[in-house]
Amino acid sequence: MRWQTKERAVEIIVSSVGLISVLVLLLIGFFLFKEAFYIFYKVGVLKIIFGMDWYPTYDPPSFGMFPLIMGTFAVTALTAIMAIPLGLGTAVYIAEVANHRVKEILKPLIEMLASFPSVVLGYFGMVVIAPILSNWLSPILSEKLPELLRSTNIPFISTTLAGLCYDKLFISSGLNITTAALMLTIRAIPVIASIAEDALTAVPRTYREASYSLGADKWETIWRVVIPASVSGLSVAVILGIGTIIGETMIVLMVAGGAAVVPHWMFDPARPMPAAIAAEMGEAPYRSLHYHALFGVCALLFLITFVLSLISDFISKKYRSVKIGEKA
Amino acid sequence: MVEITDIFEIKDFSIYYGDFMAVKNITLNIEANKITAIIGPSGCGKSTLLRSLNRMNDLILSSRVEGQVLFQGVDIYHKDTDVIELRRRVGMVFQKPNPFPSSVYENVAYGPKIRGVKRRSQLDEVVENALVRADLWEEVKDKLNESGLSLSGGQMQRLCIARSLAQQPEVLLFDEPTSALDPISTANIENLLQELQKTITIVIVTHNMQQAARISNYTVFMYLGELIEFGDTDTIFVNPQNKLTEEYITGRFG
Repeated sequence: MRWQTKERAVEIIVSSVGLISVLVLLLIGFFLFKEAFYIFYKVGVLKIIFGMDWYPTYDPPSFGMFPLIMGTFAVTALTAIMAIPLGLGTAVYIAEVANHRVKEILKPLIEMLASFPSVVLGYFGMVVIAPILSNWLSPILSEKLPELLRSTNIPFISTTLAGLCYDKLFISSGLNITTAALMLTIRAIPVIASIAEDALTAVPRTYREASYSLGADKWETIWRVVIPASVSGLSVAVILGIGTIIGETMIVLMVAGGAAVVPHWMFDPARPMPAAIAAEMGEAPYRSLHYHALFGVCALLFLITFVLSLISDFISKKYRSVKIGEKA
Repeated sequence: MVEITDIFEIKDFSIYYGDFMAVKNITLNIEANKITAIIGPSGCGKSTLLRSLNRMNDLILSSRVEGQVLFQGVDIYHKDTDVIELRRRVGMVFQKPNPFPSSVYENVAYGPKIRGVKRRSQLDEVVENALVRADLWEEVKDKLNESGLSLSGGQMQRLCIARSLAQQPEVLLFDEPTSALDPISTANIENLLQELQKTITIVIVTHNMQQAARISNYTVFMYLGELIEFGDTDTIFVNPQNKLTEEYITGRFG
Protein backbone atom coordinates (compact mmCIF):
# COMPACT_ATOMS: atom_id res chain seq x y z
CA MET A 1 0.00 0.00 0.00
CA ARG A 2 3.02 2.28 0.55
CA TRP A 3 3.52 3.32 -3.08
CA GLN A 4 -0.16 4.10 -3.50
CA THR A 5 -0.15 6.52 -0.58
CA LYS A 6 2.97 8.09 -1.98
CA GLU A 7 1.36 8.49 -5.38
CA ARG A 8 -1.72 10.01 -3.80
CA ALA A 9 0.42 12.45 -1.81
CA VAL A 10 2.31 13.58 -4.91
CA GLU A 11 -0.96 14.04 -6.75
CA ILE A 12 -2.42 16.19 -3.98
CA ILE A 13 0.70 18.36 -3.72
CA VAL A 14 1.00 18.95 -7.46
CA SER A 15 -2.67 19.70 -7.97
CA SER A 16 -2.84 22.08 -5.02
CA VAL A 17 0.16 24.00 -6.32
CA GLY A 18 -1.60 24.28 -9.67
CA LEU A 19 -4.85 25.27 -8.01
CA ILE A 20 -3.19 27.94 -5.90
CA SER A 21 -1.88 29.84 -8.91
CA VAL A 22 -5.23 29.63 -10.67
CA LEU A 23 -6.99 30.72 -7.48
CA VAL A 24 -4.65 33.66 -6.97
CA LEU A 25 -5.24 34.80 -10.54
CA LEU A 26 -8.98 34.53 -10.13
CA LEU A 27 -8.86 36.49 -6.88
CA ILE A 28 -6.79 39.23 -8.50
CA GLY A 29 -9.28 39.42 -11.35
CA PHE A 30 -12.18 39.55 -8.91
CA PHE A 31 -10.51 42.24 -6.82
CA LEU A 32 -9.67 44.24 -9.92
CA PHE A 33 -13.24 44.32 -11.18
CA LYS A 34 -14.67 44.86 -7.71
CA GLU A 35 -12.53 47.96 -7.19
CA ALA A 36 -13.14 49.15 -10.74
CA PHE A 37 -16.90 48.72 -10.55
CA TYR A 38 -17.35 51.59 -8.12
CA ILE A 39 -16.08 54.30 -10.46
CA PHE A 40 -18.17 53.10 -13.38
CA TYR A 41 -21.16 52.97 -11.08
CA LYS A 42 -20.50 56.40 -9.63
CA VAL A 43 -19.59 58.32 -12.81
CA GLY A 44 -21.15 56.29 -15.60
CA VAL A 45 -19.56 54.01 -18.20
CA LEU A 46 -19.97 56.32 -21.20
CA LYS A 47 -18.75 59.38 -19.33
CA ILE A 48 -15.64 57.48 -18.36
CA ILE A 49 -14.82 55.84 -21.66
CA PHE A 50 -15.63 58.84 -23.87
CA GLY A 51 -14.86 61.61 -21.39
CA MET A 52 -12.21 63.93 -22.76
CA ASP A 53 -10.80 65.20 -19.48
CA TRP A 54 -8.58 63.21 -17.21
CA TYR A 55 -8.22 65.53 -14.21
CA PRO A 56 -8.34 63.07 -11.34
CA THR A 57 -7.03 65.47 -8.69
CA TYR A 58 -9.00 68.59 -9.58
CA ASP A 59 -11.92 69.77 -7.58
CA PRO A 60 -14.35 68.54 -8.79
CA PRO A 61 -12.34 65.72 -10.40
CA SER A 62 -12.97 64.47 -13.93
CA PHE A 63 -12.31 60.88 -14.94
CA GLY A 64 -12.61 60.85 -18.73
CA MET A 65 -10.34 58.03 -19.90
CA PHE A 66 -10.59 58.76 -23.60
CA PRO A 67 -7.19 60.53 -23.79
CA LEU A 68 -5.55 57.56 -22.05
CA ILE A 69 -7.28 55.07 -24.33
CA MET A 70 -6.31 57.06 -27.40
CA GLY A 71 -2.76 57.38 -26.06
CA THR A 72 -2.51 53.61 -25.89
CA PHE A 73 -4.16 53.29 -29.29
CA ALA A 74 -1.84 55.81 -30.97
CA VAL A 75 1.32 54.35 -29.50
CA THR A 76 0.19 50.83 -30.36
CA ALA A 77 -0.73 51.70 -33.94
CA LEU A 78 2.55 53.53 -34.59
CA THR A 79 4.50 50.63 -33.12
CA ALA A 80 2.53 48.05 -35.08
CA ILE A 81 3.33 49.82 -38.36
CA MET A 82 7.02 49.34 -37.66
CA ALA A 83 7.14 46.18 -35.58
CA ILE A 84 4.89 43.92 -37.67
CA PRO A 85 6.84 44.16 -40.95
CA LEU A 86 10.18 44.11 -39.15
CA GLY A 87 9.22 41.21 -36.90
CA LEU A 88 7.74 39.11 -39.69
CA GLY A 89 10.63 39.99 -42.00
CA THR A 90 13.10 38.88 -39.36
CA ALA A 91 11.19 35.63 -38.95
CA VAL A 92 11.18 34.93 -42.69
CA TYR A 93 14.88 35.70 -42.86
CA ILE A 94 15.77 33.38 -39.97
CA ALA A 95 13.45 30.57 -40.98
CA GLU A 96 13.86 30.58 -44.74
CA VAL A 97 16.84 32.57 -45.94
CA ALA A 98 19.65 32.56 -43.38
CA ASN A 99 22.09 29.70 -43.65
CA HIS A 100 22.41 27.26 -40.82
CA ARG A 101 25.24 29.00 -38.99
CA VAL A 102 23.67 32.47 -39.07
CA LYS A 103 20.42 30.97 -37.88
CA GLU A 104 22.13 29.27 -34.93
CA ILE A 105 23.43 32.67 -33.77
CA LEU A 106 20.51 34.89 -34.70
CA LYS A 107 17.64 32.93 -33.19
CA PRO A 108 18.96 32.87 -29.59
CA LEU A 109 20.03 36.49 -30.01
CA ILE A 110 16.51 37.56 -30.96
CA GLU A 111 15.09 35.60 -28.06
CA MET A 112 17.55 37.29 -25.72
CA LEU A 113 16.34 40.64 -26.97
CA ALA A 114 12.88 39.66 -25.73
CA SER A 115 14.19 39.40 -22.19
CA PHE A 116 15.86 42.82 -22.32
CA PRO A 117 14.61 44.83 -19.29
CA SER A 118 12.18 47.41 -20.61
CA VAL A 119 13.40 49.99 -18.13
CA VAL A 120 16.73 49.93 -19.96
CA LEU A 121 14.95 50.53 -23.25
CA GLY A 122 13.00 53.35 -21.65
CA TYR A 123 16.16 54.89 -20.26
CA PHE A 124 17.87 54.61 -23.62
CA GLY A 125 14.91 56.28 -25.30
CA MET A 126 14.93 59.05 -22.73
CA VAL A 127 18.63 59.93 -22.79
CA VAL A 128 19.57 59.02 -26.37
CA ILE A 129 16.63 58.93 -28.76
CA ALA A 130 14.61 61.82 -27.30
CA PRO A 131 17.51 64.37 -27.47
CA ILE A 132 18.35 63.19 -31.00
CA LEU A 133 14.78 63.85 -32.05
CA SER A 134 14.39 67.27 -30.45
CA ASN A 135 17.92 68.68 -30.81
CA TRP A 136 19.05 67.21 -34.07
CA LEU A 137 16.18 65.90 -36.17
CA SER A 138 13.75 68.71 -35.39
CA PRO A 139 15.99 71.60 -36.62
CA ILE A 140 16.73 69.68 -39.81
CA LEU A 141 13.12 68.83 -40.54
CA SER A 142 11.40 72.01 -39.42
CA GLU A 143 14.04 74.64 -40.35
CA LYS A 144 16.54 73.40 -42.93
CA LEU A 145 14.00 71.44 -44.94
CA PRO A 146 11.45 74.31 -45.27
CA GLU A 147 14.30 76.67 -46.19
CA LEU A 148 15.41 74.31 -48.89
CA LEU A 149 11.85 73.93 -50.14
CA ARG A 150 11.26 77.69 -50.19
CA SER A 151 14.42 78.24 -52.19
CA THR A 152 13.12 75.99 -54.96
CA ASN A 153 10.50 78.64 -55.86
CA ILE A 154 8.21 75.99 -57.23
CA PRO A 155 4.58 76.78 -56.48
CA PHE A 156 2.99 74.64 -53.79
CA ILE A 157 6.33 73.08 -52.80
CA SER A 158 7.93 76.39 -51.81
CA THR A 159 4.82 77.62 -50.07
CA THR A 160 2.32 75.11 -48.78
CA LEU A 161 4.64 72.15 -48.34
CA ALA A 162 7.36 74.25 -46.72
CA GLY A 163 4.83 75.70 -44.30
CA LEU A 164 3.53 72.25 -43.52
CA CYS A 165 7.05 71.01 -42.71
CA TYR A 166 7.62 74.03 -40.51
CA ASP A 167 4.42 73.39 -38.59
CA LYS A 168 4.31 69.64 -38.41
CA LEU A 169 7.91 68.51 -38.22
CA PHE A 170 8.84 70.73 -35.30
CA ILE A 171 9.47 68.44 -32.36
CA SER A 172 9.02 70.43 -29.18
CA SER A 173 9.88 67.55 -26.90
CA GLY A 174 11.68 64.32 -27.66
CA LEU A 175 9.36 62.57 -25.23
CA ASN A 176 6.46 61.79 -27.54
CA ILE A 177 4.61 58.87 -29.06
CA THR A 178 7.13 58.40 -31.86
CA THR A 179 9.97 57.90 -29.41
CA ALA A 180 7.78 55.56 -27.42
CA ALA A 181 6.85 53.66 -30.58
CA LEU A 182 10.51 53.29 -31.58
CA MET A 183 11.38 51.79 -28.21
CA LEU A 184 8.26 49.63 -28.16
CA THR A 185 9.20 48.35 -31.60
CA ILE A 186 12.46 47.05 -30.20
CA ARG A 187 10.41 45.43 -27.46
CA ALA A 188 7.88 43.85 -29.84
CA ILE A 189 10.13 42.63 -32.66
CA PRO A 190 11.58 39.69 -30.72
CA VAL A 191 8.12 38.62 -29.55
CA ILE A 192 6.71 38.66 -33.07
CA ALA A 193 9.83 37.27 -34.75
CA SER A 194 10.25 34.39 -32.36
CA ILE A 195 6.65 33.14 -32.55
CA ALA A 196 6.45 33.74 -36.30
CA GLU A 197 9.69 31.87 -36.85
CA ASP A 198 8.29 28.85 -35.02
CA ALA A 199 5.18 29.02 -37.18
CA LEU A 200 7.19 29.15 -40.42
CA THR A 201 9.48 26.33 -39.34
CA ALA A 202 6.44 24.19 -38.50
CA VAL A 203 5.27 24.20 -42.13
CA PRO A 204 5.81 20.60 -43.29
CA ARG A 205 8.78 19.96 -45.53
CA THR A 206 6.43 18.16 -47.92
CA TYR A 207 4.77 21.48 -48.90
CA ARG A 208 8.10 22.97 -49.83
CA GLU A 209 9.09 19.82 -51.71
CA ALA A 210 5.85 19.91 -53.68
CA SER A 211 6.42 23.55 -54.57
CA TYR A 212 10.03 23.10 -55.61
CA SER A 213 9.19 20.00 -57.62
CA LEU A 214 6.73 22.10 -59.64
CA GLY A 215 9.47 24.49 -60.63
CA ALA A 216 8.85 27.22 -58.08
CA ASP A 217 11.82 29.18 -56.85
CA LYS A 218 12.57 30.03 -53.25
CA TRP A 219 10.58 33.27 -53.14
CA GLU A 220 7.55 31.79 -54.84
CA THR A 221 7.66 28.92 -52.37
CA ILE A 222 7.92 31.27 -49.39
CA TRP A 223 5.30 33.69 -50.66
CA ARG A 224 2.74 31.30 -52.11
CA VAL A 225 3.12 28.19 -49.95
CA VAL A 226 5.00 28.69 -46.68
CA ILE A 227 3.39 31.97 -45.62
CA PRO A 228 -0.21 30.98 -46.49
CA ALA A 229 0.29 27.65 -44.72
CA SER A 230 1.50 29.37 -41.56
CA VAL A 231 -0.84 32.34 -41.65
CA SER A 232 -2.58 31.33 -38.42
CA GLY A 233 0.72 31.14 -36.55
CA LEU A 234 1.80 34.43 -38.05
CA SER A 235 -1.43 36.11 -36.93
CA VAL A 236 -0.93 34.74 -33.43
CA ALA A 237 2.58 36.22 -33.48
CA VAL A 238 1.21 39.61 -34.49
CA ILE A 239 -1.59 39.56 -31.92
CA LEU A 240 0.69 38.55 -29.07
CA GLY A 241 3.15 41.22 -30.20
CA ILE A 242 0.40 43.83 -30.03
CA GLY A 243 -0.64 42.49 -26.63
CA THR A 244 2.91 43.02 -25.41
CA ILE A 245 2.91 46.59 -26.71
CA ILE A 246 -0.42 47.44 -25.09
CA GLY A 247 0.60 46.11 -21.69
CA GLU A 248 4.14 47.48 -21.76
CA THR A 249 4.40 50.04 -18.97
CA MET A 250 7.93 51.19 -18.27
CA ILE A 251 8.75 52.42 -21.77
CA VAL A 252 5.60 54.50 -22.20
CA LEU A 253 5.89 55.81 -18.67
CA MET A 254 9.41 57.05 -19.37
CA VAL A 255 9.27 58.32 -22.94
CA ALA A 256 5.67 58.88 -24.09
CA GLY A 257 5.59 62.38 -22.61
CA GLY A 258 2.83 61.85 -20.07
CA ALA A 259 0.32 64.45 -21.25
CA ALA A 260 -3.23 63.20 -20.77
CA VAL A 261 -4.53 64.63 -24.03
CA VAL A 262 -5.58 62.87 -27.20
CA PRO A 263 -2.53 62.89 -29.49
CA HIS A 264 -3.26 64.32 -32.92
CA TRP A 265 0.11 63.97 -34.55
CA MET A 266 3.09 61.64 -34.35
CA PHE A 267 5.21 64.09 -32.37
CA ASP A 268 2.54 64.76 -29.74
CA PRO A 269 3.02 63.42 -26.24
CA ALA A 270 0.52 60.98 -24.76
CA ARG A 271 -0.30 59.25 -21.53
CA PRO A 272 -1.09 55.62 -22.39
CA MET A 273 -3.16 53.62 -19.90
CA PRO A 274 -0.32 51.66 -18.25
CA ALA A 275 1.68 54.87 -17.80
CA ALA A 276 -1.26 56.55 -16.07
CA ILE A 277 -1.69 53.63 -13.71
CA ALA A 278 1.99 53.41 -12.83
CA ALA A 279 2.44 57.13 -12.41
CA GLU A 280 -0.65 57.82 -10.34
CA MET A 281 -1.38 54.75 -8.25
CA GLY A 282 1.20 55.70 -5.64
CA GLU A 283 -0.32 59.15 -5.24
CA ALA A 284 -3.97 58.20 -5.13
CA PRO A 285 -5.45 58.07 -1.62
CA TYR A 286 -6.68 54.62 -0.68
CA ARG A 287 -10.35 54.05 -1.66
CA SER A 288 -10.65 57.54 -3.13
CA LEU A 289 -12.41 58.10 -6.44
CA HIS A 290 -9.02 58.47 -8.10
CA TYR A 291 -7.98 55.09 -6.71
CA HIS A 292 -11.12 53.46 -8.12
CA ALA A 293 -10.67 55.27 -11.42
CA LEU A 294 -7.17 53.80 -11.78
CA PHE A 295 -8.63 50.38 -11.13
CA GLY A 296 -11.08 51.19 -13.90
CA VAL A 297 -8.14 51.80 -16.25
CA CYS A 298 -6.63 48.50 -15.07
CA ALA A 299 -9.86 46.67 -15.82
CA LEU A 300 -10.09 48.14 -19.32
CA LEU A 301 -6.47 47.25 -20.03
CA PHE A 302 -7.05 43.76 -18.73
CA LEU A 303 -10.12 43.35 -20.94
CA ILE A 304 -8.24 44.46 -24.05
CA THR A 305 -5.31 42.11 -23.55
CA PHE A 306 -7.66 39.31 -22.48
CA VAL A 307 -9.67 39.64 -25.69
CA LEU A 308 -6.44 39.65 -27.72
CA SER A 309 -5.22 36.43 -26.14
CA LEU A 310 -8.65 34.87 -26.60
CA ILE A 311 -8.48 35.68 -30.31
CA SER A 312 -4.98 34.27 -30.68
CA ASP A 313 -5.99 31.16 -28.74
CA PHE A 314 -9.00 30.70 -31.00
CA ILE A 315 -6.92 31.09 -34.16
CA SER A 316 -4.23 28.67 -33.09
CA LYS A 317 -6.79 26.06 -31.94
CA LYS A 318 -8.85 26.34 -35.06
CA TYR A 319 -5.97 25.70 -37.43
CA ARG A 320 -3.84 23.37 -35.37
CA SER A 321 -5.68 20.27 -36.55
CA VAL A 322 -4.82 20.82 -40.21
CA LYS A 323 -1.90 18.61 -41.05
CA ILE A 324 -0.51 17.40 -44.30
CA GLY A 325 -2.15 14.29 -45.67
CA GLU A 326 -4.93 14.38 -43.11
CA LYS A 327 -8.46 15.52 -43.57
CA ALA A 328 -9.06 19.09 -42.58
CA MET B 1 19.65 13.28 -87.13
CA VAL B 2 19.14 10.24 -84.96
CA GLU B 3 16.15 10.50 -82.71
CA ILE B 4 17.10 10.36 -79.06
CA THR B 5 15.02 7.65 -77.49
CA ASP B 6 16.96 7.66 -74.23
CA ILE B 7 15.59 10.68 -72.43
CA PHE B 8 18.01 10.29 -69.52
CA GLU B 9 21.59 9.11 -69.81
CA ILE B 10 23.18 8.59 -66.43
CA LYS B 11 26.96 8.24 -66.63
CA ASP B 12 29.29 7.17 -63.82
CA PHE B 13 27.00 8.96 -61.45
CA SER B 14 27.54 9.06 -57.69
CA ILE B 15 25.76 10.95 -54.91
CA TYR B 16 27.23 11.74 -51.53
CA TYR B 17 25.58 12.90 -48.32
CA GLY B 18 28.54 14.36 -46.51
CA ASP B 19 31.02 11.50 -46.53
CA PHE B 20 28.40 8.84 -47.11
CA MET B 21 28.19 7.57 -50.67
CA ALA B 22 24.49 6.92 -51.21
CA VAL B 23 24.62 6.14 -54.92
CA LYS B 24 27.71 4.51 -56.35
CA ASN B 25 28.92 4.95 -59.91
CA ILE B 26 25.71 4.26 -61.73
CA THR B 27 25.49 4.16 -65.48
CA LEU B 28 21.98 3.78 -66.85
CA ASN B 29 19.81 4.94 -69.73
CA ILE B 30 16.13 5.65 -69.35
CA GLU B 31 14.01 5.30 -72.44
CA ALA B 32 11.42 7.88 -73.38
CA ASN B 33 7.71 7.07 -73.10
CA LYS B 34 8.31 3.95 -71.07
CA ILE B 35 7.87 3.10 -67.43
CA THR B 36 11.12 2.36 -65.65
CA ALA B 37 10.85 0.96 -62.14
CA ILE B 38 13.60 1.18 -59.57
CA ILE B 39 13.41 -1.51 -56.90
CA GLY B 40 15.61 -2.57 -54.03
CA PRO B 41 15.62 -2.83 -50.24
CA SER B 42 15.28 0.21 -47.98
CA GLY B 43 18.30 2.46 -47.96
CA CYS B 44 19.66 1.18 -51.27
CA GLY B 45 19.71 4.68 -52.74
CA LYS B 46 16.78 4.29 -55.12
CA SER B 47 14.92 7.38 -53.91
CA THR B 48 18.16 9.34 -53.88
CA LEU B 49 18.81 8.37 -57.49
CA LEU B 50 15.25 9.29 -58.45
CA ARG B 51 15.47 12.68 -56.74
CA SER B 52 18.70 13.46 -58.52
CA LEU B 53 16.89 13.35 -61.87
CA ASN B 54 15.21 16.71 -61.22
CA ARG B 55 17.77 17.90 -58.69
CA MET B 56 15.46 17.69 -55.70
CA ASN B 57 18.55 16.54 -53.79
CA ASP B 58 19.82 20.10 -54.03
CA LEU B 59 17.52 20.86 -51.11
CA ILE B 60 19.64 18.65 -48.86
CA LEU B 61 22.54 20.85 -47.91
CA SER B 62 25.24 18.24 -47.50
CA SER B 63 24.58 16.46 -50.80
CA ARG B 64 26.91 16.57 -53.77
CA VAL B 65 27.25 14.58 -56.95
CA GLU B 66 29.91 13.20 -59.28
CA GLY B 67 29.47 12.14 -62.87
CA GLN B 68 26.81 13.19 -65.32
CA VAL B 69 23.08 13.03 -65.83
CA LEU B 70 22.10 13.98 -69.36
CA PHE B 71 18.49 14.99 -69.92
CA GLN B 72 17.82 15.02 -73.65
CA GLY B 73 21.53 15.24 -74.17
CA VAL B 74 22.12 18.16 -71.79
CA ASP B 75 23.98 17.78 -68.50
CA ILE B 76 21.54 18.81 -65.76
CA TYR B 77 24.34 19.25 -63.23
CA HIS B 78 26.12 21.81 -65.38
CA LYS B 79 26.41 25.14 -63.60
CA ASP B 80 24.32 26.93 -66.24
CA THR B 81 21.37 24.57 -65.90
CA ASP B 82 18.08 26.30 -65.16
CA VAL B 83 16.88 24.13 -62.27
CA ILE B 84 13.46 25.79 -62.29
CA GLU B 85 12.94 24.88 -65.94
CA LEU B 86 14.27 21.37 -65.31
CA ARG B 87 11.79 20.76 -62.50
CA ARG B 88 8.96 22.02 -64.66
CA ARG B 89 9.88 19.52 -67.36
CA VAL B 90 10.68 16.72 -64.93
CA GLY B 91 7.95 16.63 -62.31
CA MET B 92 7.74 14.61 -59.15
CA VAL B 93 5.05 12.86 -57.13
CA PHE B 94 5.88 11.91 -53.58
CA GLN B 95 5.27 8.97 -51.28
CA LYS B 96 2.76 10.69 -49.07
CA PRO B 97 0.11 12.70 -50.91
CA ASN B 98 1.06 16.32 -50.26
CA PRO B 99 -1.57 18.66 -51.67
CA PHE B 100 -1.25 22.27 -50.53
CA PRO B 101 -3.76 23.33 -47.87
CA SER B 102 -5.79 25.17 -50.48
CA SER B 103 -8.62 24.32 -52.86
CA VAL B 104 -8.49 21.58 -55.48
CA TYR B 105 -8.44 24.25 -58.18
CA GLU B 106 -5.64 26.27 -56.56
CA ASN B 107 -3.56 23.13 -56.13
CA VAL B 108 -3.64 22.36 -59.83
CA ALA B 109 -3.32 26.01 -60.86
CA TYR B 110 -0.22 26.52 -58.72
CA GLY B 111 2.30 25.54 -61.38
CA PRO B 112 0.72 27.49 -64.25
CA LYS B 113 0.39 30.54 -61.99
CA ILE B 114 4.05 30.65 -61.08
CA ARG B 115 4.79 30.15 -64.76
CA GLY B 116 2.91 33.40 -65.36
CA VAL B 117 -0.45 32.21 -66.67
CA LYS B 118 -2.92 34.83 -65.48
CA ARG B 119 -6.01 34.65 -67.64
CA ARG B 120 -8.78 32.89 -65.79
CA SER B 121 -10.14 31.13 -68.88
CA GLN B 122 -6.71 29.78 -69.71
CA LEU B 123 -6.17 28.60 -66.14
CA ASP B 124 -9.59 26.93 -66.13
CA GLU B 125 -8.65 25.03 -69.24
CA VAL B 126 -5.26 23.92 -67.90
CA VAL B 127 -6.82 22.82 -64.61
CA GLU B 128 -9.57 20.85 -66.31
CA ASN B 129 -7.14 19.18 -68.71
CA ALA B 130 -4.79 18.18 -65.95
CA LEU B 131 -7.61 16.79 -63.80
CA VAL B 132 -9.00 14.86 -66.75
CA ARG B 133 -5.60 13.39 -67.51
CA ALA B 134 -5.18 12.43 -63.87
CA ASP B 135 -8.57 10.68 -64.04
CA LEU B 136 -9.92 12.87 -61.26
CA TRP B 137 -12.14 15.35 -63.11
CA GLU B 138 -15.37 13.39 -62.79
CA GLU B 139 -14.91 13.04 -59.04
CA VAL B 140 -14.00 16.64 -58.23
CA LYS B 141 -15.59 18.79 -60.94
CA ASP B 142 -18.32 19.88 -58.50
CA LYS B 143 -15.95 20.63 -55.65
CA LEU B 144 -13.08 22.50 -57.23
CA ASN B 145 -13.30 25.08 -54.47
CA GLU B 146 -13.14 22.61 -51.63
CA SER B 147 -9.91 21.97 -49.78
CA GLY B 148 -7.51 19.56 -51.43
CA LEU B 149 -7.08 18.03 -47.99
CA SER B 150 -10.74 17.01 -47.86
CA LEU B 151 -10.27 14.35 -50.57
CA SER B 152 -9.57 10.67 -49.90
CA GLY B 153 -5.97 9.44 -49.90
CA GLY B 154 -6.15 8.07 -53.43
CA GLN B 155 -7.85 11.19 -54.71
CA MET B 156 -5.23 13.36 -53.04
CA GLN B 157 -2.48 11.42 -54.76
CA ARG B 158 -4.23 11.83 -58.13
CA LEU B 159 -4.61 15.53 -57.31
CA CYS B 160 -0.84 15.69 -56.82
CA ILE B 161 -0.39 13.95 -60.16
CA ALA B 162 -2.76 16.45 -61.79
CA ARG B 163 -0.81 19.28 -60.17
CA SER B 164 2.36 17.98 -61.80
CA LEU B 165 0.62 17.36 -65.13
CA ALA B 166 -0.54 20.97 -65.25
CA GLN B 167 3.10 21.88 -65.89
CA GLN B 168 3.07 19.67 -68.98
CA PRO B 169 6.16 17.75 -67.92
CA GLU B 170 7.99 15.40 -70.23
CA VAL B 171 8.97 13.12 -67.38
CA LEU B 172 7.22 12.29 -64.12
CA LEU B 173 9.18 10.81 -61.24
CA PHE B 174 7.18 8.79 -58.72
CA ASP B 175 8.65 8.11 -55.29
CA GLU B 176 6.66 5.14 -53.95
CA PRO B 177 3.39 6.82 -54.90
CA THR B 178 1.10 4.08 -53.62
CA SER B 179 2.80 3.00 -50.41
CA ALA B 180 0.37 5.08 -48.33
CA LEU B 181 -2.74 3.94 -50.24
CA ASP B 182 -5.26 1.12 -50.05
CA PRO B 183 -5.35 -1.61 -52.75
CA ILE B 184 -8.20 -0.05 -54.77
CA SER B 185 -6.59 3.39 -54.87
CA THR B 186 -3.33 1.68 -55.76
CA ALA B 187 -4.96 -0.07 -58.71
CA ASN B 188 -6.40 3.26 -59.88
CA ILE B 189 -2.99 4.90 -59.76
CA GLU B 190 -1.39 1.99 -61.59
CA ASN B 191 -3.95 2.19 -64.39
CA LEU B 192 -3.38 5.90 -64.55
CA LEU B 193 0.39 5.45 -64.89
CA GLN B 194 -0.08 3.08 -67.79
CA GLU B 195 -2.38 5.59 -69.45
CA LEU B 196 0.07 8.45 -68.89
CA GLN B 197 2.96 6.43 -70.24
CA LYS B 198 1.56 6.95 -73.76
CA THR B 199 2.53 10.61 -73.59
CA ILE B 200 5.22 10.97 -70.96
CA THR B 201 8.17 9.10 -69.54
CA ILE B 202 7.71 7.64 -66.09
CA VAL B 203 10.31 6.60 -63.55
CA ILE B 204 8.91 4.98 -60.44
CA VAL B 205 10.56 3.88 -57.23
CA THR B 206 8.60 1.15 -55.56
CA HIS B 207 8.86 -1.22 -52.66
CA ASN B 208 6.20 -3.37 -54.17
CA MET B 209 7.75 -5.87 -56.57
CA GLN B 210 4.39 -6.98 -57.97
CA GLN B 211 3.76 -3.36 -58.84
CA ALA B 212 7.04 -3.13 -60.71
CA ALA B 213 6.25 -6.38 -62.51
CA ARG B 214 2.72 -5.27 -63.39
CA ILE B 215 3.33 -1.84 -64.80
CA SER B 216 6.94 -1.28 -65.81
CA ASN B 217 8.73 -1.88 -69.09
CA TYR B 218 12.17 -1.79 -67.55
CA THR B 219 13.36 -2.57 -64.07
CA VAL B 220 16.43 -1.39 -62.23
CA PHE B 221 17.51 -3.35 -59.17
CA MET B 222 19.72 -1.50 -56.71
CA TYR B 223 21.47 -2.73 -53.61
CA LEU B 224 23.60 -0.69 -51.18
CA GLY B 225 23.88 2.19 -53.61
CA GLU B 226 24.97 0.07 -56.53
CA LEU B 227 23.10 -0.87 -59.66
CA ILE B 228 22.98 -4.64 -59.58
CA GLU B 229 20.85 -5.37 -62.61
CA PHE B 230 18.96 -3.47 -65.25
CA GLY B 231 16.84 -4.80 -68.06
CA ASP B 232 13.44 -5.67 -69.42
CA THR B 233 11.01 -6.14 -66.58
CA ASP B 234 10.09 -9.56 -67.93
CA THR B 235 13.71 -10.68 -68.02
CA ILE B 236 14.45 -9.35 -64.55
CA PHE B 237 11.48 -11.08 -62.99
CA VAL B 238 11.48 -14.32 -65.00
CA ASN B 239 15.13 -14.85 -65.63
CA PRO B 240 17.33 -12.64 -63.44
CA GLN B 241 20.99 -12.77 -64.31
CA ASN B 242 22.30 -11.84 -60.89
CA LYS B 243 21.94 -14.00 -57.81
CA LEU B 244 21.19 -10.99 -55.59
CA THR B 245 18.35 -9.92 -57.88
CA GLU B 246 16.88 -13.38 -57.80
CA GLU B 247 17.10 -13.54 -54.01
CA TYR B 248 15.44 -10.14 -53.67
CA ILE B 249 12.57 -10.73 -56.05
CA THR B 250 11.84 -14.13 -54.62
CA GLY B 251 11.62 -12.50 -51.21
CA ARG B 252 14.63 -14.07 -49.57
CA PHE B 253 15.71 -10.67 -48.27
CA GLY B 254 14.47 -7.14 -48.41
